[in-house]
Amino acid sequence: MEIPTIVGAGLIVIGAGLGIGKIGGSAMDAIARQPEASGKIQTAMLIAAALIEGIGFAALFAS
Amino acid sequence: MEKLIEQFSFGLFFWQLLLFIAVLLLLRKFAWKPILDAVEDRESGIKDALAAAENAKKEMQNVTADSERLLQEARGEREAMIKEAREMKEKMVSDAKDLAQAEADKMIKQAQLAIESEKKAAVADIKNEVATLSLEIAEKVIKGQFSDKAKQLKLVEEMIGEIKLN
Amino acid sequence: MHGFFETDILSDMQKPFYVKVLLVVTLLLGINAFAQEKDHSSSEEKGSLKSEIKEFIGHHLLDSHDFTLFTIDEENNEHVGFPLPVILWDNGLKVFSSSKFHHGESVAEVDGNYYALYHGKIVKTDAEGTINYDDEHHATNVKPLDFSITKNVVFIFLVAALMLFLFARMAKSYKSSAMPKGVGRLLEPIILYIRDDIAIPNIGKKHYKKYMSYLLTVFFFIWIINLLGLTPLGVNVTNNIAVTFALAILTYLITTFTANKNYWKHIFWMPDVPVFMKIVLAPIELLGTFIKPFSLMIRLYANITAGHVVLMSILGMMFIFKNWIGSPLSFGLAFALSLLELLVAALQAYIFTMLSALYFGSAVEEHHDH
Repeated sequence: MEIPTIVGAGLIVIGAGLGIGKIGGSAMDAIARQPEASGKIQTAMLIAAALIEGIGFAALFAS
Repeated sequence: MEKLIEQFSFGLFFWQLLLFIAVLLLLRKFAWKPILDAVEDRESGIKDALAAAENAKKEMQNVTADSERLLQEARGEREAMIKEAREMKEKMVSDAKDLAQAEADKMIKQAQLAIESEKKAAVADIKNEVATLSLEIAEKVIKGQFSDKAKQLKLVEEMIGEIKLN
Repeated sequence: MHGFFETDILSDMQKPFYVKVLLVVTLLLGINAFAQEKDHSSSEEKGSLKSEIKEFIGHHLLDSHDFTLFTIDEENNEHVGFPLPVILWDNGLKVFSSSKFHHGESVAEVDGNYYALYHGKIVKTDAEGTINYDDEHHATNVKPLDFSITKNVVFIFLVAALMLFLFARMAKSYKSSAMPKGVGRLLEPIILYIRDDIAIPNIGKKHYKKYMSYLLTVFFFIWIINLLGLTPLGVNVTNNIAVTFALAILTYLITTFTANKNYWKHIFWMPDVPVFMKIVLAPIELLGTFIKPFSLMIRLYANITAGHVVLMSILGMMFIFKNWIGSPLSFGLAFALSLLELLVAALQAYIFTMLSALYFGSAVEEHHDH
């Protein structure tokens, strides 16, 4: 029996969403703790989110 | 993924690469280099100006400190001078006082001496006067007394009596 | 994926990819069957409308050989727009106007050769316009090398001209005064941001200057072209894999050709790890150098494509829900999504620039003891 790829796509989206959500949450915590470093934290957050997103998209297109 | 490869258009890739590199080179020559240079010039200008201002401020502080120090010195000097003057004055006053005292003492002494000698002279004079007066009185008394013979005799006798006593 | 990396160096590392691609192909066939089934099961009218919308979105996402602003009458093939030049290399240069295709309706005859449009691509055909198919329903006709000025190429030209105009003028304004004038006031903070917050922290003060031109050009190019994609013209250039591939390959080439000894040493002979690990790590690191620009390519392509697909789908809802709630809802969602897309347009440009700077930084990083 074949599992429809749309299920795989859903799983990818869940995974990527959880990952990016965690990054965003941690970044918020970090900014709350050190508001003066918010610029650096945002940059790091965006890079990490972009990397996860890239993998997510690659997997989505592979699926 | 298969769809992506199928969608890949070599023509578009070619044009994108060509145009992008052309734009990149043109912009580098005509835009980015002048813009970044201008911005850098401006920034270094601002930095220099800030540094100059900082220097000027420091110099100003130095000058202020110097003048403060000078003022302090002058104040100290003035104080010292005043103190010295006061001391000198006091010394002069006390010297003068001493001198005057000594002079006065000397004068008083001389005066006393003079008074003393005067007094002595006066006393001597008085004594002489008193002696002449007493002699005169005595002469008168004696003249008076010796007018009477009896009395003369009596006196003689008295005197002889006194001599005897001696 | 293996189409891009057909090199011998990679052959041993590619096994997982082959497995994956095989899997993907089977799954793709699966989803096609699934999708077709669904179309058949839905009601006839709605199904045709849905597939029409789907087709429209698919068409919107594709490049085209003529500049169609809108279609008046699909049946009679009446479109408002203008044709663009087609340039082919097929045993000699062939240049003709795309109006010869009549929007894909007819076969163009040039110098005794016949060309037809098949799914947006030009294929060589005969006078009748026959398309031959193989077993998997792919056209087997010869595809000549196509250097046509397509709709997207026109927009690339436009953006290139716009950038040259804007920035050359801005550069000129610095000659008369230290402060920028006009639009330069908006652009200068962005340029400074790219220099101070992207280039210098990632590349380092010593080397950043030689990468500034590329970083600035790529940032403004992606940003402006993404923004143009959001205009009603809706020509989204960056949702073509060819465009993002060209940008990514430039990042890759610049990284590779400016890399110092330290960079290569970290790839082929990772210091401070056992010899066995060095041998294991080398192919992984080497593969990593390809994956980095590859992910750049996919990320930009996918973000813009996804944004447009969702936006168009939401707009398509208007035609599916033919009641009072559909249009306002669709309008509100599309409005919100457009705002989000404005952010995404800038964000993707930022991320592309940022990651490029990061890769350049790793290429010129000086050796330091760990």
